[in-house]
Amino acid sequence: MIYDVLIGPFAEFEFMRRALAGVLTLALGGAPVGVFLMLRRMSLVGDAMAHAILPGAAVGFLLSGLNLIAMTVGGLIAGFAVAILAGLVARVTELKEDASLAAFYLFSLALGVTIVSIRGTNIDLLHVLFGNVLALDDQTLLAIAVNATVTMVVLALIYRPLVMECVDPLFLRSVSRAGAPAHIAFMALVVINLVNGFHALGTLLAVGLMVLPAGIARFWARDISSMMVIAVLSAIVSGYAGLVLSFFTKVPPGPAIILVAAFVYLVSLLLGPVSGLLRQLFPAPHLEA
Amino acid sequence: MVHAFVRSLALMAVLVAVSATAQAQEKLKVVASFSILADFARNIGGDRVDVAMLVGPGGDAHVYSPTPADARNVAAAKLVIVNGLGFEGWLSRLIKSAGNKATVATATKGVAPRKDKAVTHDHKHNHKHSHDHEDADPHAWQSVANAKVYAANIRDALIAADPAGAEAYRRNTEGYLAKLDALDRDVREAVAKLPAERRKVISTHDAFGYFADAYGIVFIAPQGVSTESEATARDVARIITQIKTQKIPAVFLENVSDPRLMRRIAEESGAKLGGTLFSDSLTDEKGAAPTYIDMIRYNIKALTSALAG
Repeated sequence: MIYDVLIGPFAEFEFMRRALAGVLTLALGGAPVGVFLMLRRMSLVGDAMAHAILPGAAVGFLLSGLNLIAMTVGGLIAGFAVAILAGLVARVTELKEDASLAAFYLFSLALGVTIVSIRGTNIDLLHVLFGNVLALDDQTLLAIAVNATVTMVVLALIYRPLVMECVDPLFLRSVSRAGAPAHIAFMALVVINLVNGFHALGTLLAVGLMVLPAGIARFWARDISSMMVIAVLSAIVSGYAGLVLSFFTKVPPGPAIILVAAFVYLVSLLLGPVSGLLRQLFPAPHLEA
Repeated sequence: MVHAFVRSLALMAVLVAVSATAQAQEKLKVVASFSILADFARNIGGDRVDVAMLVGPGGDAHVYSPTPADARNVAAAKLVIVNGLGFEGWLSRLIKSAGNKATVATATKGVAPRKDKAVTHDHKHNHKHSHDHEDADPHAWQSVANAKVYAANIRDALIAADPAGAEAYRRNTEGYLAKLDALDRDVREAVAKLPAERRKVISTHDAFGYFADAYGIVFIAPQGVSTESEATARDVARIITQIKTQKIPAVFLENVSDPRLMRRIAEESGAKLGGTLFSDSLTDEKGAAPTYIDMIRYNIKALTSALAG
């Protein structure tokens, strides 16, 4: 019985195994990036960037249909362009980074929808917006794996300046010039992981497996490394449970995964030991000296 | 007195003649909701009509959102031809907002509607209804017998909008109906050549209910009757199991659904990937199915070559 529910679908069907491999890999790369996004108060930036990759993916789609490589490269280019442009505008003009990013991503989103629509079908637009985790072929899985590997290696390389910039940016600036390159590398990682999630979950939900697990982790841990571990674990659990949920109900897989993650987030919000609501209502007795 | 009467009669005759020639020069403006109806209207209207369509070749009329250009087309039209059976849920609002008094002709008038499979299915299927509370399957044109009803309805609508062209419309329709009869015969012959146990396929979109009823090829779809509902993991698993247990020989893509999902299903179930079937729209002139007759011929050829084994 339990076997039938938890393992059966994956043992019986290859597409379920592929979907699972896909979301596990996404979790490994995306969740740690999400933790840094959250610590740098940039969670909504992730969301904005997810829309910014749309026109690039759309141009790729326009040139070669639902082709993986073309859409990936297009998405990466568009994402980098928006990130760099928004950063430049913030440095050169009076406009702050959040406002310029909002302007660029809206521009990007509208452009992307227009480009996909030029090709004539709205249903293609839905596939671009929502992705399909059930249709991962070898090429897509490989691309997701490569992107996740790159993410983890780069994250390891820029870990120290990144952590320092989260905690004490002024100190980092006084001792090292690694801050700016680390920031750019980090934004590149955000884009890479969004493009990754985009194939499985589409532009609208790609950011979900980055931001929600990070939010969950915040309620359970105080230091960054345990936060990253918890974020990855909760992303994996959400991905797995979401697929199972979609297998036994009428919920499409993408939304199912994000709904499970959101549910875990709500539970953590209530019960989490670090500033969870119940913990705040009933504080643990202080240790007696 | 009698003189005056005769004179005014003569004047009226002249006026009618003048207006008739004026009409012959100015073509009747017709808007069809999607490409297949536009093809019917062109065949029947001939060079007396100017046919515009709202959902172009390759578009999906289930989820179309009209543009201002469409509203302009509708406002200028004298006759709007729609499929009906809840196919173009978005259209009535467009006609209202375009603010014209064009006659709206429903091409499926008199067609015996099939029940929408998604509604009678064993599971509660909560797809968002673009079909306005109707449970009818709108894809009636997939049976050539129904296409003949479409042609007759469009003929009547054109005659009502442009009585002067009645003769031409009747003549065109007769020619077109003869072509449809030949088409119907060819399809039946092609299906008859297939072994009975191989007359079943999986297709992304169960738009082929009328085709299945008319010609005896069973279509099984992984998604509901509307392209709006997204396939869940359970749907995909069910379809793979079904292909394996029922030994279904071929899987067909449709020109408006997710090709990646179809490839995955084919690969995992061992069924043959049968190419594209055209269901809701024609292709442009360079494509494989620029007209309705081409579309049906293309479909039956794709089906028989995949199922012949």
